[in-house]
Amino acid sequence: MMKKILLMLSVLACTCASAEDIDTVLKRDFHARGQATMDRIVQDRLQKVCTETHDNPPADVAKSIEAEQMKTIALPQGGLMGDWKRGERLAQNGRGMQWTDKPGEPAGGSCYNCHRLSPTELSYGTIGPSLLGFGKQRGAGEDVQRYVYGKIYNAKAYSACSQMPRLGFSGTLTEEQIKDLVALLLDPASPVNK
Amino acid sequence: MKSLSLFLGICFLSSPVLPQDAKKEIQRYRDMVAEGSPAELFEIEGESLWKKPQGPKNASLEKCDLGMGAGVVKGAYAHLPRYFADAGRVMDLETRLLHCMTTLQGRTRQEATSRVFGTADRPSEMESLSAYIASESRGVAMAPGLSHPKEKEAYELGRALYTHRAGPWDFACTSCHGEEGKRIRLQELPALAKPEQARPVVATWPAYRISTSQVITLQWRMNNCYQQMRMPEPAFGSEATVALIHYLTVNGKGEPYRGPGNKR
Repeated sequence: MMKKILLMLSVLACTCASAEDIDTVLKRDFHARGQATMDRIVQDRLQKVCTETHDNPPADVAKSIEAEQMKTIALPQGGLMGDWKRGERLAQNGRGMQWTDKPGEPAGGSCYNCHRLSPTELSYGTIGPSLLGFGKQRGAGEDVQRYVYGKIYNAKAYSACSQMPRLGFSGTLTEEQIKDLVALLLDPASPVNK
Repeated sequence: MKSLSLFLGICFLSSPVLPQDAKKEIQRYRDMVAEGSPAELFEIEGESLWKKPQGPKNASLEKCDLGMGAGVVKGAYAHLPRYFADAGRVMDLETRLLHCMTTLQGRTRQEATSRVFGTADRPSEMESLSAYIASESRGVAMAPGLSHPKEKEAYELGRALYTHRAGPWDFACTSCHGEEGKRIRLQELPALAKPEQARPVVATWPAYRISTSQVITLQWRMNNCYQQMRMPEPAFGSEATVALIHYLTVNGKGEPYRGPGNKR
């Protein structure tokens, strides 16, 4: 009987680590290094929700997060298409925001880590969808440009728990850099659309 | 070895092969590097470091208890991480080695951890020792500790950390190691929550990394993953890193150890 009660108690007092436990562990076991300061361990609402729901939040919660994230996107004045050649270099570059990266040095977009882009680059990742022929299929109209700029600036505005970093919102890429990536995806002259 | 991998790398990038062919070529390359491992050189160096008197107490590590009794090396790695009553916590191999360096050899934690991750020119003591101790478990099924409450706690902490999203890029371990069959660039990514994907991984770490001519350890792997996750740095041998290593090892338990293996 006693054994049964103890067993029930141990089930109730689940050994699962709670969000507070994790917070305590991270504060205790991690330290700032280079530009990777300790404020980075603090989760925002989106990160909390995505962690708790294993990236599968209820539809209404996802919607409210997406709306919240959409507000962070400020489209620059004028055209959104930069230089696809610079965009290709950015897509190749996986540096930025790591404790080994020099603060202030321009970051890359890490695009090829997860996506296929130019047909000649065979060393591409598959965590994200292939973007080969992206502009060819969609054209380069203003709506498409705005969508691509917004998606790169803050991917979570379109999919709350997307694995794609919020590259503009996080301060990784500048407005100019994002425009160059828009061109890589949409410019008819870009290898992506050849 | 380095120039070979570079040569093959260039072949992949410059030849106009279809992805299917590229995949076959990559597999051929992997099969080739799996045949023999320079890790053996590190195993030999590790064995001499194990037996070398060091520190203020001028003692070797030969009396270190890796969990199977003082000085028992055979099969010890396959039973780690586990709870150690003398330390009151769960330890992986590297954390335990550090414990023995401070207790048996009288070294300070600061000195013993000043250079845990080495370079191609100068491997670290920890890397060579890890290669040696792990090699002595070849053929033994991986069986990390799972009965002590602290071991269960470590597993749960590791599991929670694995899916914890944070940092400027919102990454968790699952951002890369969540789904089967994904790649970063050409590197295939195991979904480590799944036993069938975790088993070959835990059976081959630590490993010789061809691209950097180094033995890399699981503590290095955790550190480097958090670096790429754009997070602050986890302390060497911390409960967080040990919990993650424990979680991964439990997921891959049962697999006979066959490392140290080779990595790209």
